[in-house]
Amino acid sequence: MVTKLVILLVVVLGILAIAQMMRVYELSSKLTNKQEHEISNRDNNMNAKLMLLFMIVLFGSFIWMILKYGWTGRGEAAAPHGRELDWLMNLNLIIITITFFLTNTLLFFFSYKYVKKEGVPALYYPHNNKLEMLWTVVPACVLAVIIILGLKKWNEATDLAKPEAIVVELFSKQFDWTARYSGVNNKLGYFDYKLTTDNNELAIMTTNTIDSAIYQMESGTTGMEALEAKLNDPNIVMVPEDREKMEADLARKERMIRLLYQMREKHDSELDALAWDDIIQKDTLYLCKNKEYEFNFRSKDVIHSAYFPHFRAQMNTVPGLTTRFKFTPDISTAEMKKIKDDENFNYVLLCNKICGGAHYKMRMMVVVLEEADYNDWMRSKLNKTFKDTYFPQAAPVEQVVEEADVEEVEAGEDNPENEGE
Amino acid sequence: MAAVAHEAHGHHDDHGHHEEHFVSKYIFSQDHKMIGKQFLVTAVFMGVVAMLLSLLFRIQLAWPGESSDFLSFFLGDTWAPGGVMKEDMYLGLVTIHGTIMVFFLLTGGLSGTFSNILIPLQLGARDMASGFLNMLSYWFFALSSLIMFVSLFVETGPAMAGWTIYPPLSALPQAISGSGLGMTLWLFSMAIFIAGSLIGSLNYIVTVINLRTTGMTMTRMPLTVWAFFVTAILGVLSFPVLLSAAVLLIMDRLAGTSFYLSDIIVGGEMLTQHGGSPLLFQHLFWFLGHPEVYIVLLPSLGLSSEIIATNARKPIFGYRAMIGSILAIGFLSFIVWAHHMFVTGMNPFLGSVFVFTTLLIAIPSAVKVFNYITTLWRGSIVYTPAMLFAIGLVSTFITGGVTGIILADAALDIAVHDTYFVVAHFHVVMGLSAVFGMFGGVYHWFPKMYGRMMNTRLGYIHFWISIVGAYGVFFPMHFVGIAGAPRRYYDYSVYADFDISSYNMQMDLNVVITIFAFIAACGQLIFLYNFFYSIWRGPVAVQNPWRSTTLEWTAPVEHLHGNWPGDLPTVYRWPYDLSKPGAEEDFIPQTVPLAEGEEEH
Repeated sequence: MVTKLVILLVVVLGILAIAQMMRVYELSSKLTNKQEHEISNRDNNMNAKLMLLFMIVLFGSFIWMILKYGWTGRGEAAAPHGRELDWLMNLNLIIITITFFLTNTLLFFFSYKYVKKEGVPALYYPHNNKLEMLWTVVPACVLAVIIILGLKKWNEATDLAKPEAIVVELFSKQFDWTARYSGVNNKLGYFDYKLTTDNNELAIMTTNTIDSAIYQMESGTTGMEALEAKLNDPNIVMVPEDREKMEADLARKERMIRLLYQMREKHDSELDALAWDDIIQKDTLYLCKNKEYEFNFRSKDVIHSAYFPHFRAQMNTVPGLTTRFKFTPDISTAEMKKIKDDENFNYVLLCNKICGGAHYKMRMMVVVLEEADYNDWMRSKLNKTFKDTYFPQAAPVEQVVEEADVEEVEAGEDNPENEGE
Repeated sequence: MAAVAHEAHGHHDDHGHHEEHFVSKYIFSQDHKMIGKQFLVTAVFMGVVAMLLSLLFRIQLAWPGESSDFLSFFLGDTWAPGGVMKEDMYLGLVTIHGTIMVFFLLTGGLSGTFSNILIPLQLGARDMASGFLNMLSYWFFALSSLIMFVSLFVETGPAMAGWTIYPPLSALPQAISGSGLGMTLWLFSMAIFIAGSLIGSLNYIVTVINLRTTGMTMTRMPLTVWAFFVTAILGVLSFPVLLSAAVLLIMDRLAGTSFYLSDIIVGGEMLTQHGGSPLLFQHLFWFLGHPEVYIVLLPSLGLSSEIIATNARKPIFGYRAMIGSILAIGFLSFIVWAHHMFVTGMNPFLGSVFVFTTLLIAIPSAVKVFNYITTLWRGSIVYTPAMLFAIGLVSTFITGGVTGIILADAALDIAVHDTYFVVAHFHVVMGLSAVFGMFGGVYHWFPKMYGRMMNTRLGYIHFWISIVGAYGVFFPMHFVGIAGAPRRYYDYSVYADFDISSYNMQMDLNVVITIFAFIAACGQLIFLYNFFYSIWRGPVAVQNPWRSTTLEWTAPVEHLHGNWPGDLPTVYRWPYDLSKPGAEEDFIPQTVPLAEGEEEH
C-alpha cells in the first residue's frame, strides 16, 4: 500500500514538474518572441551532437555485449549439419554486422555533419542513376551468394534420411513428449488416433489394439452402453445441458465405432509385427553417438514444435500430419559436459510453439551415449517392448514382414511432403 | 472525373460555412480531417493499453514468481493471485499486446489517421471520395477496438493463442481457457476491423485515382500519398483472406467443421474432425500477415520521406526509385508469406522458393535506405522532433532489416525460428520503425490537424528517451534469441535444469530489457502530456510552419469543410523543389507555376 502511494506521488509530482517547466519555457519564449516552429541553432547543434553520441553509445554497447555474452552465445553445435549451419550463420552475421555498422555510421554521421549552418545552403541533388544502380546491384550480388549458400544447406538439412537411419517417433501432447523407438525391425508400427486408450496412449495399430479400442468404446466406463443406460434410466434426473452433452457424446461415439469396425475389417494382421517391437520411452530420449536419426513427429492435440537447440534442429508437430527431421548427434553428453565445463549440462528437447499454459515446462531430456553404452541401454529395453508392456497376452507374430510395398503405402499416406519423390 | 470534382465543389458551397451540430461535427463526422483525428485518438488509447500489457509481462519475465504490487493492481486476484501472474494470463497479455499493436495501433491508427488527413489535403481534394463510407470505416474501427478491449475483462480471459491465433490451440477451449469467449470476441472484433479497414482502403484508392486536383499527375504526388495508395491496395487484396481464415475458424469452433482440425484428442475427448489442416490456416493467415508488415511499414516510410526531405531542405533523392521500391515491396510482399512457415511441416521445396522471393525484398529496401541517407548528405538539416523520429526510423529500419536476412534464410531459420531473435527482429523493423514514423507524422502534421504547435523541447526529450529505451529493449533481445531462448515462455526456469550459464545470461538480459521498457514507457507519458496539452493549450500554428512545398500547407490553418476557400489549388511542379538553385526561397510550393525557362524535375 505504501509503495503504491509512493508511486502515485512520484507520478503526480513528475507531471507537475513537467507542467511547470512547460510554463517557464512558454513564458521565456514569449519574452524572446520565439515561435514554436522556429528551431534555434543551439537546439539544432545539440541534436546533431546527440546523434553522433548516440551512435557511439549504440556501437559501444553492441561490442560490449558481444564481448560479454559471446558472438552468438549458442555454444558448439552437437551435430555435423549444425556446425555447417553455424558456419553459414557466422558468415551471414558478419555480412549483416558490416552492413549495420556501415549504414548506421553514414546515417548518424551525416545527421551530425550536415546540420543547418548559416550561409550553407543544401545541395539540390534529386537523383543520380549511377549511384542508384550501385546500391541496387551490390546488395543483389551479396544476396545471390547468401541465397545460393542458404538453399544448398537447406536442401541438405531437409533431404531424406539415409535408409539405415534409426527411426524414432516423437509424440507430443499437452505438455510432454513421448518417444517411440522402432525396435529391431527399424520400422514404426502404424497408428490411428481413434485407437487411443489407456493402455495405448500412442494409438498404435495392431489387431489387439483395434479390438481393445472397440471394446472400450462399446463397453468401457464411458462407453456407449454405459451412456445409453444412463440416458434411458428413468431414475436419473439430469439438467438438460448435461443430457444434451451426453447425447452428443453418444452420437459421436456411434460414428466413431463404425470407423473402428471398418478399420478392423481392413487391417492386415501381418502389420502387427511392425508395432509389437516398438519401444515406448518417456522422460529421457537416449541417442547413440554418430548414428543418423530420422525423427517422425506427431501431435495428439495442438501444434507443438520439437526444438533441439543444441543440435540446431526444429520441426513443428502437427495434429493430423506426420512431420520429419533428421540429424546425427556426434558429441556425446559426457563430452559436451567437458566442453562446456558444466557437470550439470544436458541436451534437451523443448517445445517451441505456443501450446497452452504450461508450454514453457514442456521438455524432454536428451542424452547422447557412446555406442557401447547405448547398446547396453537398448538391450535393457528389448524385453520392454510395446507388446511386452501392454499386450503380453497377444498372439506372438513371426518377425518376417519385410515386404517393401507396405512401407511405401505408409509413406504415401502419412507424409504428404514426400509426394512425388 | 470532372463531374465528381464539380459535385464535390457544389457540395462545398452548400455546406461550407454554416454551424454544425456537435454530434455531426465531433462524433458522426464525415469530414476527413475529423475522422483522421478520431482514428488517432482511438489508436493512442489502444496503444497505451497495449504498452501497459507489455509492461505487465515484462515484469513477469524479469522477476518470475516474485510478488508485485504493480501486477496485483492491474490484474487483481483472479489473474495475479498474490501478485504473481498466472501462466494463462501471461499468454493472454502477449496475444492482446501483439494484436493491438499490429492491427489497432499500426494499421488502423497509422493508415487510418494519416491516409485520412493527408490524402485529400496533399492531392488538393475537398474530401474523401465518400465521406459516409469514411465515417463507417472509423466506426467499425471504434467498435472493433471496443470489443478487443472488452475481451481483456471476460471471465475466462482474452484470446491466448498468440497474435497469430494458430488453430487447433485457438479452436479448442479445452486446450486453453482463452480459446473460449475471449477467442470468440477476438474473431468478431477482427472481422469488424477488417470490414472497416476494407471500406477505408477502397475509399483511399478511389480518392487517389479520381480526386487529384488539376496538374496533380501520379508522378507529382508526394511519396506519402504513394505509400498510402500502395498500402490501401495491399489491404484490399490481403485483408479479405484473413477474414476468410477467421470465418473458417469460427465455423470450426461453432459448427463442427474440420477446415483446420484433424485427428485430435483434447481434454480426454476424441474429436470426430478429420481431414482438416492447421497448415491451411497458416497459409491463409500469413497471406495477410506478410503484406500486413508492409501495410504497417509503408505509411511510415512515406511519412518519413516527406519529413526528411522537408527538414534536410533537399529533394528526396531518387523520387522515381522511391516510387519503384514502394511498388516492388508491395508486389513482393504477396509472394513471401511462407517464410513464416519453414519448419511448420510445409514441403521444404516450397520453402526454398520462398527463401528466394523473401531475400529479394532486401533490394528495394536497401534502395530506400541509401536514398534516405543520400538525401541527408549535404543537406541543411533542421532538427524538428519529427525529423529526429524520421532519422530514428531509418536507423531501426536498417537494424531490423539486416536481421531479416538471417530469418529469411530457411537453413538458418531452423535454429532461430520462434526464438527471441524473431521477436527482436520484427519489433525493430516493423514495430519501432512504424511507431517512429507515426510519432514523426504526429509532430510534423500536428499544426495541420489541430492548428496548434506541440512543444519542441518535450518532443526532443520524448525522442531521445524513446530511441534509447527502444534500442535498450530490443538490442539485448537479439542476444537472448540467437542463444536459443524460445519466445512465449512464461519463464525460463526450464533452462536452469540443463544449462545454467545460458539461464544466467537470459535472466541478466531480461532484467536489462525490462528496465529499458519502463524507461521507454515513461518517455511516452511525456508524449501523451505534450499531445493532449497542445491540443487545447499549444501556441497557435502558422500556415506553413516547416516551409514545406506540398498542398496541405496552402490550406488555411482553421479547418474548413472542403479544405480550401474558393477554388482548389492547381499544381505545376513535383513536391520536392527544395533549395532549388536560382529560387529566392529554399522551397517552392507545388502551386507556384514554373518560372520562364525553369525545367521541371
